[in-house]
Amino acid sequence: MSGRPSAWRLLTQNGVVAFGLALLGVMVLIVLLAPVLPLLDPNVTDVAHRLKPPLYPGHWLGTDQVGRDILSRLIWGTRLSLVVGLTAALVAAAIGSAIGLSSAFYGGLADTLLMRGIDMLMAFPYLLLALAIVAALGPGLFNAMMAIIVVNIPFFARGVRGGTLSVVNADFMAAARLSGLSDWQIIATELFPNVLPGIVIGVSTTVGWMILETAGLSFLGLGAQPPQADLGGMLGEGRNLIQVAPHVATIPGIVILLLAVGINLVGDGLRDVLDPKLKSGGLARTHARTAAASSEARRAGLQPAGDAARQPLAVRGLHTQFTVGRNVYKAVGGVSFTVKPGEAVGLVGESGSGKTVTALSIAGLVATPPGKITRGEILHHGEDLVDVPMQRLQAVRGGTIAYVFQDPLTTLNPLIPVGEQVAETIRRHQNLPRAEAWRKAVALLESVRLPDAANRARSYPHEFSGGQRQRIGIAMALANNPEVIVADEPTTALDVTTQAQVLALLNDLRRERNAALVFISHDVGVIAELCDTVHVMYGGKVVESGPVAAVLQTPAHPYTQRLLACVPVLGNPERKIEPIPGLPPATNALPEGCAFAPRCHLAEARCSAAEIELAPVSADHFARCVRVAA
Amino acid sequence: MSGMVLTTRDVVREFGGGRKWFGTPRPHVRAVDGVSLDVARGRTLGIVGESGCGKSTMARMMVGLLLPTSGTIEIDGASVADLARTDRRTLHRKVQMVFQDPLGSLNPRKTVQQILEAPLKALHGMGRAARRDRVAELMSLVSLRAEFAERYPHEFSGGQSQRIGIARALAANPEVIVLDEPVSALDVSVQAQVLMLLADLQARLGLTYVFISHDLAVVETISDEVAVMYFGKVVERGPRARIFADPQHEYTKLLLASIPGARRAGPPG
Ligand SMILES: Nc1ncnc2c1ncn2[C@@H]1O[C@H](COP(=O)(O)OP(=O)(O)O)[C@@H](O)[C@H]1O
Ligand code: SF4
Ligand SMILES: [Mg+2]
Repeated sequence: MSGRPSAWRLLTQNGVVAFGLALLGVMVLIVLLAPVLPLLDPNVTDVAHRLKPPLYPGHWLGTDQVGRDILSRLIWGTRLSLVVGLTAALVAAAIGSAIGLSSAFYGGLADTLLMRGIDMLMAFPYLLLALAIVAALGPGLFNAMMAIIVVNIPFFARGVRGGTLSVVNADFMAAARLSGLSDWQIIATELFPNVLPGIVIGVSTTVGWMILETAGLSFLGLGAQPPQADLGGMLGEGRNLIQVAPHVATIPGIVILLLAVGINLVGDGLRDVLDPKLKSGGLARTHARTAAASSEARRAGLQPAGDAARQPLAVRGLHTQFTVGRNVYKAVGGVSFTVKPGEAVGLVGESGSGKTVTALSIAGLVATPPGKITRGEILHHGEDLVDVPMQRLQAVRGGTIAYVFQDPLTTLNPLIPVGEQVAETIRRHQNLPRAEAWRKAVALLESVRLPDAANRARSYPHEFSGGQRQRIGIAMALANNPEVIVADEPTTALDVTTQAQVLALLNDLRRERNAALVFISHDVGVIAELCDTVHVMYGGKVVESGPVAAVLQTPAHPYTQRLLACVPVLGNPERKIEPIPGLPPATNALPEGCAFAPRCHLAEARCSAAEIELAPVSADHFARCVRVAA
Repeated sequence: MSGMVLTTRDVVREFGGGRKWFGTPRPHVRAVDGVSLDVARGRTLGIVGESGCGKSTMARMMVGLLLPTSGTIEIDGASVADLARTDRRTLHRKVQMVFQDPLGSLNPRKTVQQILEAPLKALHGMGRAARRDRVAELMSLVSLRAEFAERYPHEFSGGQSQRIGIARALAANPEVIVLDEPVSALDVSVQAQVLMLLADLQARLGLTYVFISHDLAVVETISDEVAVMYFGKVVERGPRARIFADPQHEYTKLLLASIPGARRAGPPG
């Protein structure tokens, strides 16, 4: 438990949650101390002093219709409400979780039967069901609690079953089985600990409701019976006196409100802490474009653009970093490359080397926060995309510069037929009537060789295979005749035979339309197949670049050399593959000088002394290594 | 020390099917459709094929996580399905599995020590002290520092997690390890590390591998025998050299032709 902030710290850091926690803490403390506090007996009537207002001597909050001390009744009543609500929540959670867990774990008929039962319970309106149960059992706090428990079980069972199903199918459950653990051991040590956070979240977010529900039944006279009082009962008794003595109803009302607010604030906070998906500000709003340092700061030290200013794309000295807490991840640390019309430029490197962040930086698509472009510029025919007006950037995105991503499912809207989505992309950039945009969309889908395009255009994304979806993604990118297509691992998720087809397609399209291609991949084979120029990335920097043939056949940088030695080559199984020891560097702790030094068999002192520049190996072939620099 | 350690005969596995609550029969999918394979002791059988062709279903049946709809799988002459029903411990002392997703196959709430101890205790009934020693030994077998055993899975990289997954499989001291796409989620440099580790372990411990992958070059590097799967069927099988040099089935030819040129030795064609 070192280094990681504790759940408690995370919880109390959030101001709103801390407020809820304090509120709840005070209330719980008071009701816990109820037996020792100098309180009057909550049930002793004193008709002579009935309906006294608050601050009446001896009765701080006044008295009710039979002269009982409201403060004392309030504290004891809150205590009762809390106990009942909490008990109900825990019991409902325990029973519901047991049902959900076993239902999901055993599956099959047991699952079907249990879930049918739950469906049946949930088919009744919720409070009506509670009322029916109390009516059947007779009024009383215990029966009211039972009713609340019964109506809440289905919610827990459903939720826990869902959470369990996702764990049940995890590989580690299979691994536990292979480790020889029994069903019970698997449930207790593998399944339950991973489902528990979900259950806790469920309890913390429903306990408030359950207190309100019990209060509701008491309010209707079906819960706590006089003279015993819970908050709902007090509210119910005060209701008739709202004209004469409003405080009798208002005071328990306020306490119910405070209790509900406190519990829900804490519940939400707890959920944020326990639910990893919501952690790290996953819900924080992101900006429409990547934040950037001022243009002076970004351009400091850049050479004049020269010829690069005339090209469709020139990335110059790009630095993009992420600030997460106290860590600064230097994802891209000075990447430069130029893309000429119709040229296919490859970026190759292992995961985390900064390929994707480079690609996303081009059109300002890196999420902010936490991302920021700190140095460098992105020239599109000499125009710096980092600080063009937003409207202009939007025209460029999907217009002259288009993207294709690894999984087109993430960019396609599941609810809209694909043809319409392509047509929509066309209309966003070109002023075309609907029917014509549709015709163009179908033509595009045909041009990416989607079979039976005219009809399939009406199908939804999930009705296509992975390879077909990638063709649709490419059609979408082509919609507005882009000058540059940025394709980030577009074939990585595809089977080899499909990959070969998609690569051939991209190549044909590039030739036909003279569109430039920035092609990103971790697979040197794919890059070699498609690209003219390649830039090898490592630790956020380009370590070697040049014509594909030169870089891949006569690599100059030790990393490129060793990377190629790792790749199994078909038809040459006897060739020894030689792993590179160690791991790629973390971008928040990049070593000084050459980032590859810790893994390089040729490393020497000067490698880690200072920044190393790209040096020419030949006229158009460069490498960033002390052994290359003259 | 010779002969076949794992054999499958006409194995079929269907999913879905049966009837709904009332009436209409549901369509079923035949994920594996009559697969017969033999794996020789101490050797590696590579299975290649594209996504959805039934490789993983086959893998899960070989280790008894799934039961075949029909057909038999035998390990050392005993039926895997019978053992899976009656004596899982014996089964899992013989055959283990390594999964594709390195992190997903490790319980995020257990330390590496706990993960590796589970099979030692449950399958081999080892005592506390013996377990400790064996965990240290396993860690060194897969080239991880012993003190890493106290850490939780999320503190490891993909390659390190996969080493832990391999160590967990080794903890059972099995004869056969079924590896389902064990290097597909790894970076090239790390993939090479894991491939070397697997080859080294096989040489040292005499393990038998069933190595499943969609990457032909990887399968070629590591396998002695190769089976090509397509839509639930084995369309071609044979010694590695023969399959790659002289493919007979059209699908095998297509697969080989789809590999980008730079990853092929010699003139493409
Ligand atoms: N949203 C983010 N927050 C923090 N760090 C990030 C974020 N996105 C990417 N990074 C970091 O940037 C670095 C480069 O990532 P990326 O460009 O995705 O690499 P590649 O595409 O080459 O695999 C990595 O170290 C990664 O952890
Ligand atoms: S600079 Fe030094 S450490 Fe870096 S690749 Fe060159 S020789 Fe290796
Ligand atoms: Mg990437």
